[in-house]
Amino acid sequence: MIAEAGLAALWLATGFALVQVLLAWGAAKGADQAGGPMVMAALRRVAIVQGLLALAAFLLLVTLFVQSDMSVLLVVENSHSMKPLIYKIAGAWGNHEGSMLLWVTVLAISGAGVALFEKRLPRGTLAATLGAQAAIAIGFYAFLAFASNPFVRVSPPPLDGQGLNPLLQDPGLAFHPPTLYLGYVGLSVAFSFAVGALLMRDVGPAFARAMRPWVLAAWIFLTIGITAGSYWAYYELGWGGWWFWDPVENASLMPWLAATALLHSVSVLATRDGLRAWTVMLAVVAFSMSMIGTFLVRSGILISVHAFAVDPTRGGFILALLGLYIGGALALFGARIGTVKQGATFELVSREGALVLNNLLLSVILGVVFIGTLYPLVAQAAGVQLSIGAPFFEKAAVPVGLALVAATAAGPLLKWRRDQWNALFGKLLVPVGVAGIAFALVFALGGAQWLPALVLGLAAGLAVASVLPLIRRNLRRTPLHLYGMAVAHLGIAVSIAGMAADGAFKVERLAAIAVGQNVSVGPYRVELLGVRPAVGPNWSALEAHLKATRIGSAPFDLFPQQRFFANPPTNTNEAAIATELDGQLYTVIGQGDGEGRWQIRAWWKPFVTLIWAGGAMIALGGLLSLIGRVRRERRDAEEAA
Amino acid sequence: MKPKHQRLVLVLLALGAILGASALAMSALRDQAAFFYAPGDVKGKPLPLDRHVRLGGMVEKGSIRRAADGVSIRFAVTDGQAVVPVAFRGVTPDLFKEGSGVVAEGRFQPDGSFVADNILAKHDERYMPPQAAGNMHETKTLAQ
Repeated sequence: MIAEAGLAALWLATGFALVQVLLAWGAAKGADQAGGPMVMAALRRVAIVQGLLALAAFLLLVTLFVQSDMSVLLVVENSHSMKPLIYKIAGAWGNHEGSMLLWVTVLAISGAGVALFEKRLPRGTLAATLGAQAAIAIGFYAFLAFASNPFVRVSPPPLDGQGLNPLLQDPGLAFHPPTLYLGYVGLSVAFSFAVGALLMRDVGPAFARAMRPWVLAAWIFLTIGITAGSYWAYYELGWGGWWFWDPVENASLMPWLAATALLHSVSVLATRDGLRAWTVMLAVVAFSMSMIGTFLVRSGILISVHAFAVDPTRGGFILALLGLYIGGALALFGARIGTVKQGATFELVSREGALVLNNLLLSVILGVVFIGTLYPLVAQAAGVQLSIGAPFFEKAAVPVGLALVAATAAGPLLKWRRDQWNALFGKLLVPVGVAGIAFALVFALGGAQWLPALVLGLAAGLAVASVLPLIRRNLRRTPLHLYGMAVAHLGIAVSIAGMAADGAFKVERLAAIAVGQNVSVGPYRVELLGVRPAVGPNWSALEAHLKATRIGSAPFDLFPQQRFFANPPTNTNEAAIATELDGQLYTVIGQGDGEGRWQIRAWWKPFVTLIWAGGAMIALGGLLSLIGRVRRERRDAEEAA
Repeated sequence: MKPKHQRLVLVLLALGAILGASALAMSALRDQAAFFYAPGDVKGKPLPLDRHVRLGGMVEKGSIRRAADGVSIRFAVTDGQAVVPVAFRGVTPDLFKEGSGVVAEGRFQPDGSFVADNILAKHDERYMPPQAAGNMHETKTLAQ
């Protein structure tokens, strides 16, 4: 019954979405007429009910997984009654159909959120926004119903399920996809706002102020999702890397880059009424990147840990939706952009100028990642097989990224509208001095490697520059969003410092050793004390007992494992990681050679944790900024009332 | 600056950014794209020595030799038409074994052998590098 109820909820939600589009059309047309407020109130309620229905369908699917209902095909294929509860729940979205249902649920809930909370936007624009949001939802409901129905039954039901890919059986997985989806699909709101504002010829500061909290919120979730995903790949895959430029990782990076640009340009539009057309364009691009990411991951065109299924009809369906929505939005942009009036102007040397530079550099990085991710697919279609990996992205994106870091340091020190070069140089004196000293120190002590020295120098400079806007201010009266900016920019400095330190100074050792022997890696001596079997709820393992000793501190034990899962039959490597203040010791056990020796792979990764600490700071900065903005909007609204 | 001029400057900057991104990407692509080869592709042809490539096929039966240090191995990759000897130092994937599909990343050597810095193998029932999946089909039909 539950499966049927879920499907019914999905169809009902589709029906409500259709009604929502029609009501929105009516409300937008007759926004100023007598019945306008009533139609508007009805529209809001329909949007909220649509969101609740989608949520109900999703919760019903989770219930099926929790109950291990083996009469449902999706449960059979992706779950097993012996799985721990948390992975039964996570299994609901650890597969194609379930994750698409989560996707569309977030889309509908975001629309409901707009209907609930958006009070200040002109009625017509809000109606058009809700209509656009429902129009997107309809396409993806149709995709679920016709190409990816999660509620299909099997008859007769098998005795038990096939289990979940063991790589995905990790606490990180429970939260990674939902977080990422909140960000991905949260950007749909920005897209719908842009479409709504274009339709109603209402592109201006009010529209930007309405859009900003949504962009911020989506961006915070994307940041958390990417940071958590990177850490998950780092400890779960056992390869010691934290970013693989895997197409699926890029699929999450591209919306983040576009959202970061949008976040900055929307501020220019909200506070200075500049960059109108550009901001609308970015809002369209950001969600387009989310949809392209969905297409890449869900069409089966890529085969990786993330891609669950290969089914050409699904790819075609998503591609058609993609063409419809992106093409439609771009056509609307082309048709209406002439009606968007020129906003306020500014001098080249100004905060706005710096933000334009930020946007351009982010766009270049986005372009590079986009080309690197899609080129192999295009080449494959042309009959050439090639792959594009880290060397490409590092060569093409790192120089632009470094320029962006420098711009990030300088931008917040500039005044709005116009500033002087001399004033900027004066303010940059201290950060540049710090950067120079850091560069010289790292260059001298770190074996004369200029790139890591440059990155660490820039990081030090940015760290200083990012707190400068707070200096000589009354800290209690400083608006929260300024703290947010400082924390986020400091987070970038922290994160790239971790990347550079790990990239340049990590030490890797690989050796086959017998019990009683040791390898040294970085400041540690790692001794193999024994190898023994271990068991978990649904796996058995070979576990190495390692003792790590470092001069001047107490030795500690590490237990890396090679796990064997029975359902489905798979091996995984569980790295054992020890976190110290100055880095991490990362150990993995490989194969035995049958003569008493075991492959032990160990890394010393200095300051690697800064990468994710920085990511968390960036997200925290976003959160502070969001709280500050929402509070101020509320206060302004009260004052206006 | 007049509004009209400002808009023009912004548009030009945006165009410049797009061109810059493409130019950067293209120059990096020329150097860094790793092309995929099967052993038969390089038989009797000049080897691509100057670049990082992927070599895919099956691990030939009886070809895996483990070195005394316990971490270096040699094996041969075949696609039914030709055989390429491969040297690798590192931990091989769990499902790396004789007679199953493999993709080695690395460089060809002037003597026709291949030095791998990374080995991708069929990971589980569902995961397989796309090129290996495609190539395995060919290899299977060739073997029959």
